[in-house]
Amino acid sequence: MPEQYKSSTDLERAPVIEPGHTFGTVTEKISSIVLTRPASNGWFVGFGLCFMLTMMLLYALGYLFLKGIGIWGVTIPIGWGFAIVNFVWWIGIGHAGTLISAILLLLRQSWRNSINRFAEAMTLFAVACAGVFPAVHVGRPWLAYWLFPIPNTMRVWPQFRSPLMWDVFAVSTYATISALFWYTGLIPDMATLRDRTDNRALKMVYGMLCMGWRGSARHWHRYETMYLLLAGLATPLVLSVHTVVSFDFAVGIVPGWHTTIFPPYFVAGAIYSGFAMVLMLAIPIRKIYGLEDFITERHLQNSAKVMLATGLIVAYGYGIEAFMGWYGGDRYDAFTLWNRLHGPYAGPYWALLICNIFIPQVLWIRKLRTSPVALFFISGVILVGMWLERFVIVVLSLHRDFLTSSWGMYYPTRWDWMTYIGTIGMFLMLMFLFLRILPAISIFEMRTLLPEAEVKE
Amino acid sequence: MKRDPIYGIMAEFDSAQALVDAARTTHQAGYKKIDAYSPFPIEGLAEEIGFHFDEIPLTVLIGGIIGGVSGYLMQYWMSAVDYPLNIGGKPYHSWPAFIIITFEMTILFAGISAVFGMLAFNGLPMPYHPVFNVPRFSSASKDRFFLIVFSSDKKYDPVGVRKFLEALNPRSISEVPS
Repeated sequence: MPEQYKSSTDLERAPVIEPGHTFGTVTEKISSIVLTRPASNGWFVGFGLCFMLTMMLLYALGYLFLKGIGIWGVTIPIGWGFAIVNFVWWIGIGHAGTLISAILLLLRQSWRNSINRFAEAMTLFAVACAGVFPAVHVGRPWLAYWLFPIPNTMRVWPQFRSPLMWDVFAVSTYATISALFWYTGLIPDMATLRDRTDNRALKMVYGMLCMGWRGSARHWHRYETMYLLLAGLATPLVLSVHTVVSFDFAVGIVPGWHTTIFPPYFVAGAIYSGFAMVLMLAIPIRKIYGLEDFITERHLQNSAKVMLATGLIVAYGYGIEAFMGWYGGDRYDAFTLWNRLHGPYAGPYWALLICNIFIPQVLWIRKLRTSPVALFFISGVILVGMWLERFVIVVLSLHRDFLTSSWGMYYPTRWDWMTYIGTIGMFLMLMFLFLRILPAISIFEMRTLLPEAEVKE
Repeated sequence: MKRDPIYGIMAEFDSAQALVDAARTTHQAGYKKIDAYSPFPIEGLAEEIGFHFDEIPLTVLIGGIIGGVSGYLMQYWMSAVDYPLNIGGKPYHSWPAFIIITFEMTILFAGISAVFGMLAFNGLPMPYHPVFNVPRFSSASKDRFFLIVFSSDKKYDPVGVRKFLEALNPRSISEVPS
């Protein structure tokens, strides 16, 4: 960077990579986690636990297929229970990965290079967890393919005027593009693993996976163009996904859903919870695998700042919702506000305000922004808060709408909880596997950050 | 045509700067069929070895247009022609409701053509390639930089190319068997 652009704050900041690294040490350090470091007992315990939770998920889903969604707590009027709450929560978590890999790439935030790989993996796994819910909550999951425009003997087609159909296209496009982005990012690094390993079978596997990448200048040129364009495409895509998810609610006329603030406030909330998940994963990973040189204090600080900013947007969203309930003059909206503050689910609502608005304000303090332990716990609080937000949106709006005769209560059953906790297990299990078989940090992008990589004309 | 038993002659360099300088000198000396290998993308290196037209942007544009047009027409045909269904009195061809899926299909097709276009134009997957015959080439994915002059180049002659590359002060020079 030319000297004149370096502000005084830049100099005070922690570096993106600790000094003293070369191409060789960066490569060795990251690839050794996969190739030479033996799996520790802790890894086996963690993986085993998450594997068991995944089995619990499969058990809960198997029983669901056998009995139907009557085993869940959903009833009329609350037809959207945990399934939709968890779907929105997981999809939201995925958003930070795309934000880090695509939007920060376009904004030339090079610090992203050390966290984008596992953030993208997080996106992919979170979308996989999210995808479980809409597929099983349709009631007759073996007919879930009706959501896709597949020619069929009944000669009917999907109803494209429905936001639920938009959601199908938005989420499946998002899953596809995220998978492509993640995979193409891995190609040069899998070539590195192919060249580093002595194990012949592994050489073959990585050689196939990297498609014979050899780092030719022509290849790199097309690769970089592709990567940049994919980032440019993923940027409006990620903003559209949670917008479309919010349309599932906002297009309906239910009080508490029918509002124009939903799209921006959903997107901000998604990034908020996503960064919280990134930190909850990054903090233990950097500690356990000794990656403090690459995931530095700077990354923690920046992520905390993003959380603080998006958290304030979310707070603004809550504020506007409350203001419109009071000022809008619609008695049902006004009642929804009253019901949130004083109704039977006031507990979750107040808890969400505390988790999402009040506690995260401590991030204004620099000392806490740079403390891994504090950040880990604040991120946990935010994840809980964002889950509660979706619970409030889904359940509170449905349980008391226009007619008092159709009011009701929602009580999640153990099957609801097993499915939810099961997806957390599946998510972490996939993360554990990912850490052991693929480089968790993008090696080739880290090389470009080193001073040796600079070329003068 | 009988294939040359030698695929090319390869020089190894220590730094990105050395590779870029060597690539420029080699290309300016009239060697046109050359390639450079590096462990990370180096800006401007492809131009130095005479790569000027990148097909990817056009591929993505075409993919995006195909996706968008087919996405919209699919919805139009299904909702207004093949299976017209009255939903709340809305017109069969309710275009505002079709925009979102049109957008998603544009992104989907553009993204897929970006990735598969990159692979196709790069000739990947190609698990075997002659350059892998050089043992030192395994460092090309770590910390070394390579320049190759292909034997198919018009100016190629084994002794002359070797001499030329030696003058560039490389770390090592190897013959690449084909």
